[in-house]
Amino acid sequence: MYTTELGKVSPLQDGAQEDPERLAAFETRVAADEFVEPKDWMPQAYRRTLVRQISQHAHSEIVGMLPEGNWLTRAPSLQRKAILLAKIQDEGGHGLYLYCAAETLGTSREEMIDALHSGRAKYSTIFNYPTLNWADIGAIGWLVDGAAIMNQVPLQRTSYGPYARAMVRICKEESFHQRQGYDLLLALAKGTAAQKAMSQDALNRWWWPALMMFGPPDEDSPNSAQSIRWRIKRETNDQLRQKFVDATVPQAELLGLTIPDPDLNWNEQRGHYDFGAIEWDEFYAVVRGEGPTAKERITARRDAWANGAWVREAAAAFEAKRAARVAA
Amino acid sequence: MYDWPLWEVFIRARGGLDHRHAGSVHAPDAHMALRHARDTYTRRLEGVSIWVVRSSDIVASDPAQDYSMFEPAASKIYRHPTFYVLPEAVDHM
Amino acid sequence: MEYSLFRALTQLGDDSLILGQRLCEWCGHGPTIEVDLGLSNLALDLIGQATMLLDYAGELEGGGRDADALAFHRNAEQFANCLLAEQPNGDFARTVVRHLLFATYASALYEALTASPDARLAEIAAKAVKELRYHADFAADWAERLGDGTEESRARMAEALDWHWRFVNDLFHDDRDWAACAARGLVPLRQSLRYGFERDVSAILERAGLALPRKVWPIVGGRSGQHSEHLSVLLATMQVLPRAHPEAVW
Ligand SMILES: [Fe+2]
Ligand SMILES: [Fe+2]
Ligand SMILES: [Fe+2]
Repeated sequence: MYTTELGKVSPLQDGAQEDPERLAAFETRVAADEFVEPKDWMPQAYRRTLVRQISQHAHSEIVGMLPEGNWLTRAPSLQRKAILLAKIQDEGGHGLYLYCAAETLGTSREEMIDALHSGRAKYSTIFNYPTLNWADIGAIGWLVDGAAIMNQVPLQRTSYGPYARAMVRICKEESFHQRQGYDLLLALAKGTAAQKAMSQDALNRWWWPALMMFGPPDEDSPNSAQSIRWRIKRETNDQLRQKFVDATVPQAELLGLTIPDPDLNWNEQRGHYDFGAIEWDEFYAVVRGEGPTAKERITARRDAWANGAWVREAAAAFEAKRAARVAA
Repeated sequence: MYDWPLWEVFIRARGGLDHRHAGSVHAPDAHMALRHARDTYTRRLEGVSIWVVRSSDIVASDPAQDYSMFEPAASKIYRHPTFYVLPEAVDHM
Repeated sequence: MEYSLFRALTQLGDDSLILGQRLCEWCGHGPTIEVDLGLSNLALDLIGQATMLLDYAGELEGGGRDADALAFHRNAEQFANCLLAEQPNGDFARTVVRHLLFATYASALYEALTASPDARLAEIAAKAVKELRYHADFAADWAERLGDGTEESRARMAEALDWHWRFVNDLFHDDRDWAACAARGLVPLRQSLRYGFERDVSAILERAGLALPRKVWPIVGGRSGQHSEHLSVLLATMQVLPRAHPEAVW
């Protein structure tokens, strides 16, 4: 899962209109780590929060195909090309699993895609950054998929059954994504000066956006508590971010790369790395669609969907004719 | 813009196992639903056989009726082998 | 060196490579996610075939070139793929027709190659033929649905068929190297597969409410490095990194 803090509904307000008895029973079930399934009763706000979160996650997977796709036709070896294609294809699959999970909540994929294309629905800000050199493909796998995995692993136990099951499948597939990215960077680390420079340049550009993937700091994330209580979220943004930094710093060292943060330091007392302040203004600008490639990304998705309309209609018309022949 | 109907996908992971629900796909017809299921859910040799069924054709029990659907079975504990306490000498039965 | 077999293998490998590269361009832009994933599977098969075929070609050549060296460090005129494979994707109808023609041809060809006395080639063919049969079915399914779908889709299919049919002669061209291999019984003559191809394609088109074009275009050249304008542009993209960093390992 990527950032979930976008375009919030206000669940607390809605809660007031629900039947308090049913709501209490629901909260008890969820607190006991029971799963909620599509036909079960659920509070409206829970349903809407989930549709928003799952569909944003799905949109992120689909839009996320584009920055990596940008280098697919230029992958420098046949094996890297095959790996990258398989990886991007997985992301498409993830989008598909997630749309299907969201559809069990009564919202059609068409509606969700419409919301994305009209700008009503958001996707992860990370994909509005450009991929400028080949090492960006490594950095995305290592950092972006790495951060995503950290977000996603706890969601395998999220309270909504179809979402949890989609996440189990996704996490199983994600494990190769981060490794292939790191493997790509390892090859560059052993390579020429130009290759090493590519890697450092990529890390410089992807480090901070990757940290922002965990969402705003906990104190600015007012609905987090509700989401955690509902088991839609299982750890706070700051907890996950810290975990990510702690895991990633030694990996950067092994690659011989410098993390672009002068304030990064091991804190013996906390047993964690301290790191510098994140520029949240940039984050919110990118959320607002002001990222350098936001327009390209959404236009590419709109075009793909619009250019595919005649294909979808044709196949449906073919089936309608066949069904009519059978009926006759 | 128009999208295809939804199909549920069931996959047999290998011979001897039941088909299990894997997820769903959108497809214009049954044949393409099988193709899409193959391309979506068996990219890592996850299956040897696929079933697809229109999601709208599935009839599901109503969770609000859970107590009358499933609870009656809860009291029939004599259906379970552990209900019977047998002498140790024959307890492997 | 087995020069003619080396050339024949690059013809096969380049077909897979260049068509696979074209299909990569669809990634993220398909008509639906499901179709996007399907096209990626086709591309993955083709890239895998190209790797096996070009590695083998490089070994036969004995000059230390592997599949990557052949893929990324040859110029357009050294590529031996058919003209059809390098044609731009166009709309989905053109991609489907290109794939229908190619995979129908290639599945019959690889079927025959499974019996090649060259054991390595036969082994590669045994893997490839299963993949290419799936490709041919995939394309036939789509040809049928688009041909007999809406007015618009039928018109697009007719246009696409007309667009690509020019390259069928080239697809079946037996150049000198291929003919030499055929004379040694290593590969079948492509011409020997043409009747079956036209029979199969026209049966599919008939189901789709489309007809096999009558006109025979005399265009050939891909096998001997005489390509269309599109190939060098494709290669400029595909080869940019290894060409810019010739000493680098990726
Ligand atoms: Fe992802
Ligand atoms: Fe993913
Ligand atoms: Fe991923």
